[in-house]
Amino acid sequence: MFGKLSWAAVPLHEPIPMITSVVVVLILLGVIGWVVAKGHWRYIWDEWITSVDHKRIGIMYILLGVVMLIRGFADAIMMRTQQAAAIGESTGYLPPEHYNQIFSAHGTIMIFFGAMPLVIGLMNYVMPLQLGVRDVAFPTLNSVGFWLTAAGALLVNVSLFVGEFARTGWLPYPPLSETTYTPGVGVDYYLWAVQISGIGTLMTGVNLVTTVLKMRAPGMSYLRMPMFCWTTLASNLLIVAVFPILTATLAMLTLDRYFGFHFFTNEAGGNQMMFVNLIWAWGHPEVYILVLPAFGIFSEIFSTFSGKPLFGYRSMVAATLFIVVVSCMVWLHHFFTMGAGPAVNTFFGIASSVIAVGTGVKIYNWIFTMYGGRVRFEVPMLWSMGFLVTFVIGGMTGVLLAIPPADFVTHNSMFLVAHFHNVIIGGVVFAVFAALEYWFPKAFGFRLHPGWGKAAFWFAFVGFWVTFTPLYVLGLQGMTRRLQHINYPEWAPMLYVSVAGVAILVVGVVCQVIQLLVSIRDRDKLRDVTGDPWDGRSMEWATPSPPPMFNFAVIPNVEGEEAYWGIKTRAIETQRLGPEPVYKPIHMPLNSPVGVITAFFASVTGFALIWHIWWLVILGLVCAFAGFVWFAWRDIHEFEIPAEEVARIDRARRAARRAILERVAREQGKPA
Amino acid sequence: MSDIVPASVEAVRRVREDPHRLGHRGHGEGAPVMGAGHGETGPANSRIIVGYGFWIFLLSDIVMFSAFFAAYAVLMNATAGGPTGRELFELPRVAIETGCLLLSSFVCGLSFAASVAKNRLWTQIFLLITGLLGATFLYLEIDEFIGFAAQGATPQRSAFLSAFFSLVGLHGAHVFVGLLWLGTMMAQVQAKGFSRMVQHRLLCFNLFWHALDIIWVALFTVVYLMGAAT
Amino acid sequence: MSELDYDPHDLEHDHAPGDEPPESAGHWVMNYSIGLALATILTVGSFILPALGLVWGPSLPVALIVLAIAQMGVHLVFFLHITTGPDNTNNVLALAFGVMMVGLLVIGSIWIMVNMHHYMAPTPPEAMGHMAPPSAPSTVPPAF
Repeated sequence: MFGKLSWAAVPLHEPIPMITSVVVVLILLGVIGWVVAKGHWRYIWDEWITSVDHKRIGIMYILLGVVMLIRGFADAIMMRTQQAAAIGESTGYLPPEHYNQIFSAHGTIMIFFGAMPLVIGLMNYVMPLQLGVRDVAFPTLNSVGFWLTAAGALLVNVSLFVGEFARTGWLPYPPLSETTYTPGVGVDYYLWAVQISGIGTLMTGVNLVTTVLKMRAPGMSYLRMPMFCWTTLASNLLIVAVFPILTATLAMLTLDRYFGFHFFTNEAGGNQMMFVNLIWAWGHPEVYILVLPAFGIFSEIFSTFSGKPLFGYRSMVAATLFIVVVSCMVWLHHFFTMGAGPAVNTFFGIASSVIAVGTGVKIYNWIFTMYGGRVRFEVPMLWSMGFLVTFVIGGMTGVLLAIPPADFVTHNSMFLVAHFHNVIIGGVVFAVFAALEYWFPKAFGFRLHPGWGKAAFWFAFVGFWVTFTPLYVLGLQGMTRRLQHINYPEWAPMLYVSVAGVAILVVGVVCQVIQLLVSIRDRDKLRDVTGDPWDGRSMEWATPSPPPMFNFAVIPNVEGEEAYWGIKTRAIETQRLGPEPVYKPIHMPLNSPVGVITAFFASVTGFALIWHIWWLVILGLVCAFAGFVWFAWRDIHEFEIPAEEVARIDRARRAARRAILERVAREQGKPA
Repeated sequence: MSDIVPASVEAVRRVREDPHRLGHRGHGEGAPVMGAGHGETGPANSRIIVGYGFWIFLLSDIVMFSAFFAAYAVLMNATAGGPTGRELFELPRVAIETGCLLLSSFVCGLSFAASVAKNRLWTQIFLLITGLLGATFLYLEIDEFIGFAAQGATPQRSAFLSAFFSLVGLHGAHVFVGLLWLGTMMAQVQAKGFSRMVQHRLLCFNLFWHALDIIWVALFTVVYLMGAAT
Repeated sequence: MSELDYDPHDLEHDHAPGDEPPESAGHWVMNYSIGLALATILTVGSFILPALGLVWGPSLPVALIVLAIAQMGVHLVFFLHITTGPDNTNNVLALAFGVMMVGLLVIGSIWIMVNMHHYMAPTPPEAMGHMAPPSAPSTVPPAF
């Protein structure tokens, strides 16, 4: 009846997962109880869960990403403390089978459910606003994509309470991940969680590529798009191109595990190296899927806070597209040691070094953007400058790893661990924090408290280096990754320093939480009434904060690069706004529960597949098809916002803009 | 609050001092090129957006197939002492399958032409023929699989057979999903006529069905013809 | 997808993949028929080529692949109406990107795996059936 599922699957004898489960369940029940008791259920269902508004979906993505980031960070704390505690005679507090689940879950969660939702959420929120349009190309598909990602995240977290997670690392290399060596459900949890969220990501990729290529405001030619839109396009092109490879590879492993196929087994001609080859053909471009939008974020921030257009815009575009193509030609550098010959290793070694040229172009462009500008050291700018330093060092250790003979020494060592944290934290996480700081006033109408933001930055920056510099040293001393127990007491000092770094990082995280709470408390003082809190340059700052559902009352006509900057400087110059447009009714897509329903069936089917509950699998698939047909049968997909409503909202925006103009005029009138 | 727009005020001052903008050179000057298909003239209409989005999806689907093709190419000779492609493949059956799918692709094109002309009867007739040909193809393929299994050539036998069954089976699964979709579309055409939504979906279905045929061309060449010849 | 009919010009200047430019139904029947005829010739050619013996044995795979690529081209042009016109730029660019990815993945994987096989330890005879191309003995250094 319930396949492999029984009460034995709940780890009652292990205190850490049990206590965590109880706490999480209590918090969840508390939140749900509060929502129901306060009567917010209707609001949450109508305005968030079934919303197809790209802004709402973007915020939900970011929320999911932040929660998962904290979950993954908890895993990281356990790993660092375990290694510091388990040296020599001592065994630490985590048994090997639990420790192995933790490092697997850490990687999986951070990449698939932390970094990806954060980056996709930002692209979702910002990109349509920057392009001057009202929504993405397929709003309902957008909602489905988000909810499928959430379903994957749910499955990973269920594995904490019911059964176990994979012990095979964040990429389950066979033959270890085959049923012969891992008969439990851990790898199955991994496979179905990643598969379901991967489908969601693919949908988002299709959606955002189509949006950028087909839905820009009139006059917004390719070379007038803000840099963030370019990197969004690049990142989503990569999603479309490589996520199917992940789907295919995991499907092959699934066939091996469920039906005894022999793609990657030791027996009957299977080839484990094929898995490694295919998974990295996805895995390396994935790194650029994450980091390209980060580059876009930094481009926006450097230019805004230097008060200058982005230096070398066209070279930036070229470098981005160069990275898109070359990132698909470097995947072998993840397995130089696997035994390919000098020709192959040399080709991929050179390609991996060459890709750094594209990134180098960008680094110089950012530096020259600041050169000669009036740099304002606001919090987003601090994160960006911290990124420049961190990322350059991380990138250089990457070039070191790209040289095959050097890689033979450092492969799978702590040096590698330090390197990729160096680029992912320094590149992606810093970018996300910078972006949250930068676009928070746009999304919620008030700024975040700068003092706590600065504190958070400095703790995170220092904490990062104190955590990861020792890992570089340990790697060069020969320490391999994923050790549950340390045999060499000589490594102890560096491991202790690393734990101290984690403690500093924790303080940074606490600062960020306090920053959010303080900002909510002081929201009236931090209110952004203008819609343009940072003196911005791209179209999102032309809308009020937060933007109305339809973003733009009238689709703007773009007349040059940095569309909003042109409008703003002209208004300041002539001391008046453009003429009031003729307002027309606006058609917006209707809310739809199809995303959350799809995700519900996906979660149920995924869970049933993990535990081999076959009747439930069939039921889930049939219901999903029925739901699909039912949704396709609907006729009305849009509703109308009347012209008077549009006019009322836009006149308020214009009034705020007029107030800025008057104030600027007064300031300018004063003698210097 | 006067710190809010310092840079833009500064820019305006510079322009006043430099009225001919000698110190400023923008990129992307000039009017957007009409008709370049680059979407510079504002958001495209929904037919183009839907068609293009589906096109992008199809390309990603083809990349997924290419991963299975790569696996097949690598594992092709890993027969582990089991039956080889040369021993198993029956080319006459593959030829009939190919004919079915090619004709079905052709008829699907005709149904699309009929739907553009808003002729419901011919659209339905052609869609029905498309579906019947697709079902025949699927029947032949399943029959082939059952025959292989009866000879002991199951996907569990060797890595070559795993790769073969997955690659060909993936295509078959796509045809099966296509048939489900086709049935839904026929019901929609009957119930709703040629509404805008239905027309968009017919465009996408048409794309999907032709793409399956293109994949089949690669499949019968690489798997069957090259497998039987070498 | 709001304001979908924002710019009516786009209909004239842009073209959805697979869509049919406005022509009479007869034009399209003709067009599809030409496609069908060409595809049939190429398919029949592929199937009888090995039997005819017109092509030198080892180059047969190359000939088959050439025929397959030609047939895909026929499908793209006659069934999917992909042209080189400016209204098709985006469609063709996306297609080119997809083809590039397919090429990189398939050719890259084969190159890597075959090369790796060459450099692995000599295969014991009883395990020969497990490995990739038996035509390439592992003792011979591979051509780069």
